Amino acid sequence: MNDKTIEKTFDIFDILVGSRGDNDYAKKPVVIQGITGSYGSTHTRLMKAYGTNVAAGVTPGKGGQTFEGIPVYDTMGDAVKATGARISGMFVPAPYFLKAAIEALDSGIKLLVAIPEHVPIRDSIKVLEYAEKKGAKMVGPNTPGVIVPEVMKVGIMPAQPFKPGNTVVLSRSGTLMYEVSYNLSMRGFGQRLCLGIGGDPVNGTNLIEAFDLVRNRSDIDSVVVVGEIGGDAEEQLAEYIVRTSFDKPVIAYIAGRAAPKEKRMGHAGAIVYGNFGSAESKVSNYAKAGVPVAKRPAEVPDLLAGKLKK
Amino acid sequence: MRLLEYQGKELFDQYGIRIPRSSLANNIDEARNGAKKLGYPIILKSQLTVGGRGKAGAIVKCKSEQELEPKFKELLHKEVKGELPRGILLEEMADIRKELYLSLFLNRTKRCYSLISSAEGGVDIESAANRVVVDVPIDGLSAQTAEDTAGKLGLTGKAIISFVDFTTKLSRLVNEKEAELAEINPVAILRDNSLLALDSKVIIDDNAVFRHPELKKYEHISELEKQAEISGFSLVELDGNIAIIGNGAGLVMSTLDMVSDAGGKAGAFLDFGGRATTESIYEALKVISKIDRIDSILVNLFGGIVRTNLVAQAILDAYKNNLINVPVFARISGAESEKAREMLNGSKAKLYNTVEEAIQAAVAALKE
Repeated sequence: MNDKTIEKTFDIFDILVGSRGDNDYAKKPVVIQGITGSYGSTHTRLMKAYGTNVAAGVTPGKGGQTFEGIPVYDTMGDAVKATGARISGMFVPAPYFLKAAIEALDSGIKLLVAIPEHVPIRDSIKVLEYAEKKGAKMVGPNTPGVIVPEVMKVGIMPAQPFKPGNTVVLSRSGTLMYEVSYNLSMRGFGQRLCLGIGGDPVNGTNLIEAFDLVRNRSDIDSVVVVGEIGGDAEEQLAEYIVRTSFDKPVIAYIAGRAAPKEKRMGHAGAIVYGNFGSAESKVSNYAKAGVPVAKRPAEVPDLLAGKLKK
Repeated sequence: MRLLEYQGKELFDQYGIRIPRSSLANNIDEARNGAKKLGYPIILKSQLTVGGRGKAGAIVKCKSEQELEPKFKELLHKEVKGELPRGILLEEMADIRKELYLSLFLNRTKRCYSLISSAEGGVDIESAANRVVVDVPIDGLSAQTAEDTAGKLGLTGKAIISFVDFTTKLSRLVNEKEAELAEINPVAILRDNSLLALDSKVIIDDNAVFRHPELKKYEHISELEKQAEISGFSLVELDGNIAIIGNGAGLVMSTLDMVSDAGGKAGAFLDFGGRATTESIYEALKVISKIDRIDSILVNLFGGIVRTNLVAQAILDAYKNNLINVPVFARISGAESEKAREMLNGSKAKLYNTVEEAIQAAVAALKE
């Protein structure tokens, strides 16, 4: 099988949840890289409490220990061999990210959920090129992670905003993913999947690739895209929606309309150069694709309700 | 990290990319000495990070020693888009036959660099005709690609050889220094068909600076930004009077938009990251307290893991310790919000159920 076919057949739901009939359906093993760090350990507890099968952790030098009953290994090779995991939740600091990601991919991991912020762009690109060779995917870096509400989550998102349902939320921002999902949940629009694209300039799974992951699924009736200023991901997505005749309703939100130009607004990727990356450019491209853009997070469910009625 | 023109040119020089003879001056004595070495006429160029220097009159020609002092002093005190220069670059004038546009820019979508060039230099590239755009893998530009590009630009003879040499050196710089952008606009083609970089715009990946101690000296951050950075916050100072604090860059940006829609003006953007604790909110208030123009503080926290009463306590502590005395308008979704509301009773801080309500109240209070 060549790389292209692997890409086409990559099924994030199969990786995260599996199929009914699998022995470990909805209990797919996950390895946490950096499990004993302060961030990694806090969220390992929360993920476990949510229902994620955290089967192993890795912290070099701490192999043989356990954390909350979870075995800790020195290397990803050992952890994957012991658990058969295909998912890694990465909680390593940015300077160690490249090495940790390559190790995970060499061990057979098929989905990297890359939490750290401040990863150099070059390292992200190297990991992506390597992941492609290995038929694997990365979500992030600088992402809150992925959640299949009330089934499992790999990441740092709180549990409360998310309810199961049939929409998908894709977001370049963490807290806005929570805010928008919370607004949707309150209005009865549960989510099949919420995925943090990440706030960096280069994303492991970009908006178009995320759309590819969900477009043919009958259990998904709509997609909500939470974007922000910077780059041209929204413009590219708008073009994709038209070009591929994407037929599920899409609602967008864009943060940063009032931000000044040439200032990095917290996220490495949130910066406007000239008109490149501006909110106006994104809104006008979305308009061409028939995608309504909410003025504020609380307006997203109104727009979605309008689209789903038709 | 956006380098100043002279800093980018220092890097060009290290990589063998030819630049005009020049001298940086921060005062008139340095300017006189520099000009003497260069000989007149010279160009005076204000060192700013904002674009549009030419249009703003921040690049001027200086023909003689008589002109130097008035022109230099005017430039040194001239603000462009709210920014004062960090020095004036004095440069020799080049004997230009033709100008080109050249840049290597990190293409986020394609996850590689794009080499953008045009036979029309010195203009805004977005409006330039006949742009030539080529994808360049992250490990570097090949001589063949550079040669093909030179052909598309209509270069001939020795100019092609110069162009290949020039662009491959620029590609090496971009790769080794982990730049998001290296732009030379314009590149001059001189009478002898050699190339000269007349300007520079270089942006280094902030997240990679830790691997480049040699670039540390170019970092320019205010005391306030330094303090914010140590606390792990992202701070952007703006020109209004409402400080916006929140957990998450997207959420704070979103709040900024809503404040602007409601007729308010933000004076600071502060994202204190994913972890909202009593300490982090207190530290954030401490940073904001150093900004004079702030008349009110808007706090927007999306909780979950946040305990609202702890945030309320941090705000009360900040009042008690005289850190702040401006009103705080807060929206905090999270546990224990009733308790937090009671705690803040009688203080200058108030809790609202939605961010919209908090913003309305903040903007209305400033209009009174």
